[in-house]
Amino acid sequence: MTTTPQTKVRPLFDWPIVRRALLESVRKLDPRHQVRNPVMFVVLVGAVLTLGLFVHALSGAGEESPTFILGISLWLWFTLLFANFAEAMAEGRGKAQADSLRKARREIMAKRLAAPRRDSVVTATPSPSLRKGDVVLVDAGGFVPLDGEVVVGVASVDESAVTGESAPVIRESGGDRSAVTGGTRVLSDWLIIRITANPGESFIDRMIGLVEGARRQKTPNEIALNILLAAMTIIFLVAVATLLPFSLFTVRALGRGEVVTITVLAALLVCLIPTTIGGLLSAIGIAGMDRMIQANVIALSGRAVEAAGDVDTLLLDKTGTITLGNRQATEFVPAEGVGIEELADAAQLASLADETPEGRSIVVLAKQKYGLRGREVEKIHAQFVPFTAQSRMSGVDMNGISIRKGAADAVQRFVESQQGRFPLAVCEVVERIAKQGGTPLVVATVDAGGKARVLGVIHLKDIVKGGIRERFARLRQMGIKTIMITGDNPLTAASIAAEAGVDDFLAEATPEAKLRLIRENQAGGRLVAMCGDGTNDAPALAQADVAVAMNTGTQAAKEAGNMVDLDSNPTKLIEVVEIGKQLLITRGSLTTFSIANDVSKYFAIIPAAFVNTYPALGTLNVMGLATPRSAILSAVIFNAIIIVFLIPLALRGVQYKPAKASALLSRNLLIYGLGGLIVPFIGIKLIDLLLVAMRLA
Amino acid sequence: MSVGEWTQVLLYVGVLLLCVRPLGAYMAAVYEGDAPRGVRFLAPFERLIYRACGVKAEVEMSWKQYAGAMLLLHVVGFVVLYGLQRLQGMLPLNPAGLGAISPDSSFNTAVSFVTNTNWQGYGGETTMSHLTQMAGLTTQNFLSAAAGMAMLVALIRGFVGRQTASVGNFWVDLTRSTLYILMPLSIVLALVLVWQGVVQTLDPYVTISPARSFFGADGGGVSEQRLALGPAASQIAIKQLGTNGGGFFNANSAHPFENPTPLSNFLQCLAILLIPAALCHTFGRMVRDTRQGWALLAAMTIVFIGFLGVGLWAESRPHPRAAEMGLSTSPVDGPIGNMEGKEVRFGVVNSVLWATATTAASNGSVNSMHDSFTPLGGLVPMVLMQLGEVIFGGVGSGLYGLLLFVLVTVFIAGLMVGRTPEYLGKKIEAFEMQMASIGVLVPCLCVLIGTAIAVMLPGIGASITNPLPHGFSQVLYAFSSAGNNNGSAFAGFGANTPAHNLLLGLAMLLARFWVAIPVLAIAGSLAGKKHVPASSGTLPTHTPLFIALLIGVVLIVGALTFVPALALGPIAEQVEMAGVK
Repeated sequence: MTTTPQTKVRPLFDWPIVRRALLESVRKLDPRHQVRNPVMFVVLVGAVLTLGLFVHALSGAGEESPTFILGISLWLWFTLLFANFAEAMAEGRGKAQADSLRKARREIMAKRLAAPRRDSVVTATPSPSLRKGDVVLVDAGGFVPLDGEVVVGVASVDESAVTGESAPVIRESGGDRSAVTGGTRVLSDWLIIRITANPGESFIDRMIGLVEGARRQKTPNEIALNILLAAMTIIFLVAVATLLPFSLFTVRALGRGEVVTITVLAALLVCLIPTTIGGLLSAIGIAGMDRMIQANVIALSGRAVEAAGDVDTLLLDKTGTITLGNRQATEFVPAEGVGIEELADAAQLASLADETPEGRSIVVLAKQKYGLRGREVEKIHAQFVPFTAQSRMSGVDMNGISIRKGAADAVQRFVESQQGRFPLAVCEVVERIAKQGGTPLVVATVDAGGKARVLGVIHLKDIVKGGIRERFARLRQMGIKTIMITGDNPLTAASIAAEAGVDDFLAEATPEAKLRLIRENQAGGRLVAMCGDGTNDAPALAQADVAVAMNTGTQAAKEAGNMVDLDSNPTKLIEVVEIGKQLLITRGSLTTFSIANDVSKYFAIIPAAFVNTYPALGTLNVMGLATPRSAILSAVIFNAIIIVFLIPLALRGVQYKPAKASALLSRNLLIYGLGGLIVPFIGIKLIDLLLVAMRLA
Repeated sequence: MSVGEWTQVLLYVGVLLLCVRPLGAYMAAVYEGDAPRGVRFLAPFERLIYRACGVKAEVEMSWKQYAGAMLLLHVVGFVVLYGLQRLQGMLPLNPAGLGAISPDSSFNTAVSFVTNTNWQGYGGETTMSHLTQMAGLTTQNFLSAAAGMAMLVALIRGFVGRQTASVGNFWVDLTRSTLYILMPLSIVLALVLVWQGVVQTLDPYVTISPARSFFGADGGGVSEQRLALGPAASQIAIKQLGTNGGGFFNANSAHPFENPTPLSNFLQCLAILLIPAALCHTFGRMVRDTRQGWALLAAMTIVFIGFLGVGLWAESRPHPRAAEMGLSTSPVDGPIGNMEGKEVRFGVVNSVLWATATTAASNGSVNSMHDSFTPLGGLVPMVLMQLGEVIFGGVGSGLYGLLLFVLVTVFIAGLMVGRTPEYLGKKIEAFEMQMASIGVLVPCLCVLIGTAIAVMLPGIGASITNPLPHGFSQVLYAFSSAGNNNGSAFAGFGANTPAHNLLLGLAMLLARFWVAIPVLAIAGSLAGKKHVPASSGTLPTHTPLFIALLIGVVLIVGALTFVPALALGPIAEQVEMAGVK
């Protein structure tokens, strides 16, 4: 689980999606749709206005030649269509995902039970008629009709319809693996499920709504950016509109030249307002959600995706995230006068019947290191003594000999009660292991004579996952502080924290302590992300700003979180953060690019617009564009085409490499700021050359 | 440029920067209620003022209350100043017997001085009585400057405050700005100026016979000359220190009684930028991170020096026609550049230095006639105003204006590093962007729309005293000046008509208060926010990279907005002039 899970890669331009997007982009010309985006609405007004001017010019009394006006008008319409196409593409990719999800939402004839018992009366009920609280039986091969919670039974379930993961998962009643999702299939055994969501409100329904973009709301940063873009649009609108009186006045006072035409002003305005970012803004937002989905994370709101980019503090559960699930035996330390083989043998015997992962790891260690083969407990006539809360030890009794293993203080009490002695050296070993963050298990025997003897200590250790240190280093580079949460004592926790490279830890964590930690961090102005799966995580998940619930987790955890990770991979938070950042970076970079573009457009259009009034202004035509008309047309065409060129970038997002903020800024400024300054000079010149070559200039 | 001229520029910038730290620290201490020991003797006066005015100094105000107090001050100031002008004929201290001023001019002047613009549609010595100058104009010079500084302090408190509704007490900030900062500096400067020969008297105007015979406008010989006198030094000190710029005499600081010597010129020019520059350090101190203040000062200084360079380059080259006529070389000094409209005692360098400083700050006083600069040389002061008066800018208002640009910069930069933008630990969100957009937008709209209406007025031909494109520059300059509360004039534009007085007055009002109120709103919103601790994911805002980006945003917003208009004015004129060669 430490490696990045394979995400479902969909080609950027899928023909069916493109086809649908092409149709959609025409439908989106509807003014009611455009008015939501002030920048593009201005383009629409310009396009309609120039079209009107063209019709007027056909009568022969136009301000410019009809072909020129038509050229400008057509390219303004194209600008709109390109922007619509970008949005439709982003939506189309989400819709394709929704279609595959919809297949999972089939109507199922469910077996409704009168009571949550296997032998209860069964009524066949179609899934849309089921309601929250109903109890249903699902046999092997059957589909789970709606979201629910297992009340009785254990079964393996194929959740690939939702997660894309083909390996079946175990679902059982009670505990943290009791949630089942509608549309998934029970492979073996049977389950009795209590329905927890009405039809149409289920998890899959919500996912479909989200990926289709139907429920997309503007995120806070998007709103702020929209305000800035609207302000810039107003500035340019006034800067361009006032040119008409300025030009009128100038021509009147000088008695020469021609007043600048409305067509040219419309062209200038559309070139200046930030159409590049304005046209791609919603596509970027939708594509951000889509990237989350491809990473198998369902964000329940766009706000959460954006907040992920702002996370300052990451809370991670130790078990399963930072360390492999369980402690493992790594070492046998014999007491004085005891051979290591004897200790290993006793330890193995004591653990043979111990089905806990720790117990199994002791058997394995003894086998690997000392060639001791596991024996059948029955064959050696051993009596297994299970762990109890009172004795806090486990072990075996055989042939009059007892072997016990357990926590140091419990074994000490046991040994001393049997007239044995607990050697000081063993105490020191126990202390050393505890200090290193390990768990010491002391092994003792009582021989047939009733004499107790300490054999030595087993070192159980948390194994930190490979590669996790590097991941935390990456997070630190992004400015994110990681806090490990564990139920261990502070000593153990500190040692693992140091080994894993987390910044801080919370030891002996209770749900209350977790909640308090989150609140403290938030009060300090930090944004907190965490992931969890258990019902006891729910309060903390609800409090955290970005809360990723594991899909295998309980319904309560999923309800409390604002994202669900279908792969149930706790380190996925790192990807979530990166996608959040990428979303903002893409918006910022394209805004910068869009503004930087304007410089070249001035050099193209201003001399062209006023050269007949002040011929000397021709010296500002630094690009050497052929004629005033070709200059204006080239700028408009460039402005439209750049949107198409940037669609892949908007959908894929600007490349993000974890780095310090200042390094990121200088990199993106260089590419999108300086690039935005230079690229249009080249682009406009090339288009102008092309227009001349095609005799359109 | 000669070595001596270079030295003057370096000396000016050097002395200015040296003053920043001590004055900035002093002002920070004053605003934090911890006035240094040397000025503690003023504390009883401060308390006396509060008691006399019924101000409860310990009461904190919300941003709306703060804005309300600020507006109240200005409304009362406007009424008093308007009344004084209309009634001055009946009031004392009017040795020249000047009559009432027309309603439109009174409105324009009252707005102009209340908004710290000091646009003057009138000639001082031939219009205003001593009483109007002293009780009306000089008072507003102090109050409008102090109000600007107070609003800056409120904004700073917004950054510093943690989840609080209050941004300070306007009356306290106003009183402290005046009593501890503007008054002492003005008294010292006025005394030095008097020593240098600036007039300070209530005596009537004197009549002398000219030392050399010359002819009047009607061609007849002039046998006697009337010299205007008055309490000039006291008004000039605050006119420079408070970035007001309204001269006592019509010729402003080009007048020998207002600015007689190189030293008086140096000090007055220094006084223009002194407080705006030092406030950067005050800001840094008050937000407990002096690097932030130095970064803003660096951005201002770099732009200032850049524009100064362009201006010096342009003005040290004469107009080709003047060169043809041999008017650009002096028998003594060799090539002298473009000397038209400049005082011989100041020369090109000190004229350009002043022109750059006075328009970088929203001062507007002049010691040469910007109208006579070369097209490019005239473009420099015009663009400096159009940038929104944020390169030093007005006292207080310049820095709070720049901080609006900082918010825009932080927003774009923040997005580019993938985080919700933060500045000084405060998240910049939709509301702040909305207010910052209004603050940046309104002055631009005032300039462009004002100019557009003006050129469409039927009588515009009479006001313009030059052929186009220069005539268009005159109108654009006037509205750039009023629409950014600068007040400097492209001499020659006939602005004292009812229509222009009204239009320019409206531009001044909108530009001042539609920046000030959004700024206070931002202060209130920021004060209520949590403080986000910095991490390595936070964008540092004191680095050269950020300074460069901030400069880029200021210049690009300014350039993108005004390039089309400038193309029909100074740019067209410049390329035509270049074509003459």
